[in-house]
Amino acid sequence: MNDPQLSRRAFLRAGAALGPLGLAACGWDGGRGLRPALAGISRINDWVGERLVSHSRLAREYPVSERNRHFPSYFISDQTPILADPSAWALNVAGAVRKPMRLTLDQLKALPRLTYTVKHHCVEGWTAIATWSGVPLAALAALVEPTADARYLRFDSFDEDYFNGWDLTSAMHPQTILAYAYNDRPLMPDHGAPVRLYSPIKLGYKLTKYLTAVTFTRSRPGGYWEDQGYPWLGGV
Amino acid sequence: MDVVASASPPSHLPAELPVKRHHGLVRFAHWLNAITLTGMIASGLQIYGAFAHFGPRGGPYLQPNPLDGEAIPEWGRLGGWLAGGLNWHFALAWPFVLTGLVYLGFLAWSGEWRALLFRPRDVAPAIQMQLYYLRLRRDHPPQGKHNALQKGAYSFIVALGAISALSGFAIYKPIQLAWLTALFGGYELARYWHFVAVWLFIGFTALHVALVLLVDPASLRAMITGWYRGRFPSHE
Repeated sequence: MNDPQLSRRAFLRAGAALGPLGLAACGWDGGRGLRPALAGISRINDWVGERLVSHSRLAREYPVSERNRHFPSYFISDQTPILADPSAWALNVAGAVRKPMRLTLDQLKALPRLTYTVKHHCVEGWTAIATWSGVPLAALAALVEPTADARYLRFDSFDEDYFNGWDLTSAMHPQTILAYAYNDRPLMPDHGAPVRLYSPIKLGYKLTKYLTAVTFTRSRPGGYWEDQGYPWLGGV
Repeated sequence: MDVVASASPPSHLPAELPVKRHHGLVRFAHWLNAITLTGMIASGLQIYGAFAHFGPRGGPYLQPNPLDGEAIPEWGRLGGWLAGGLNWHFALAWPFVLTGLVYLGFLAWSGEWRALLFRPRDVAPAIQMQLYYLRLRRDHPPQGKHNALQKGAYSFIVALGAISALSGFAIYKPIQLAWLTALFGGYELARYWHFVAVWLFIGFTALHVALVLLVDPASLRAMITGWYRGRFPSHE
């Protein structure tokens, strides 16, 4: 072998360069220094992801026989959020719109209805197929008439302070609905009764349950998980 | 060998004359990739921990998976929690993919790919090389910049890089890139192949580092300085 000393030194040098990385792994989130940079790159990824969304590209639908028996339900409250008086519930649709409205469940059910059996993608990495029915958000938007400067939507819930922000393009996707039925039955409290947001083009954490209000906005709303670090767009 | 080439090297030069082995861009890509890939694997393991199975929620889970339901130790994780892991992973994906594209572009532009791409005509020399390593052949078979087994290994690792990136995009945007996800056999299988790629990367790296240190330590120095001064200086 030629000049083993030099080779060994070079190897040690390489090891010294890579060593800290191995130590840094240890569940490191980047700390105060890098976390903002990582969040900034996440916004760039959102920007790219938003441009991938197409109204003509629909999520594949599945036969009812392929539904999953297990469909976990998440909420942030200590107990399943349940309305004290379901008959008093109504959805506020307001913000940058010409005709703000307050719609009862029956009024929502009277609007055009879309039913599909699609695959749900959770940010954790699992999937589940289920059937959802509801009113396309685009049909609701046609009623309230968003102003030209409306670019985002904010969805609020009565699951503590859970909320989400959406881009207008994804919200107006033909498969984005305000769902009031799950697997052919009225939505159960576990899945966000009386009405939840649903779309096969977003990760589960973007699909606000226990809806109280839909607000069209000019500036980008945050979100319960998004403000803690989850990718804002959450599109799949 | 043609007449000009055989006549050109003056016979009085020492055999250990260093030869230029790696372009600066290749060395930069190699070490940058070593760092980003380490980070991608560690953040990937962090993400895996959120749902340590492959398949729909509730199963059946794809097998074999030695880490089915297993917790990943903290030293092997990057990100601290799911969102941290995601942000690291999607940030590091940029240098990982861009370095790969620049590297492939360089191989194509410089013609270096000829020294690296394993082709059908490399099969017979690869067998001879294997016989040499098994001590069934006494003399080292003649080789160019790399022997046929090295060509096979380096072609494999570039293909593996491409597969891991593509399967990554397939699980990042399974609806917008549905065609790509379908190519991997659907979301659940794409996620599985993405993980198989991790073990192949780890296995390759272990073998790669062991062979460099045991067989040709001078090649480590060549990957740092660019100059090779070892036992296998032959060039095509």
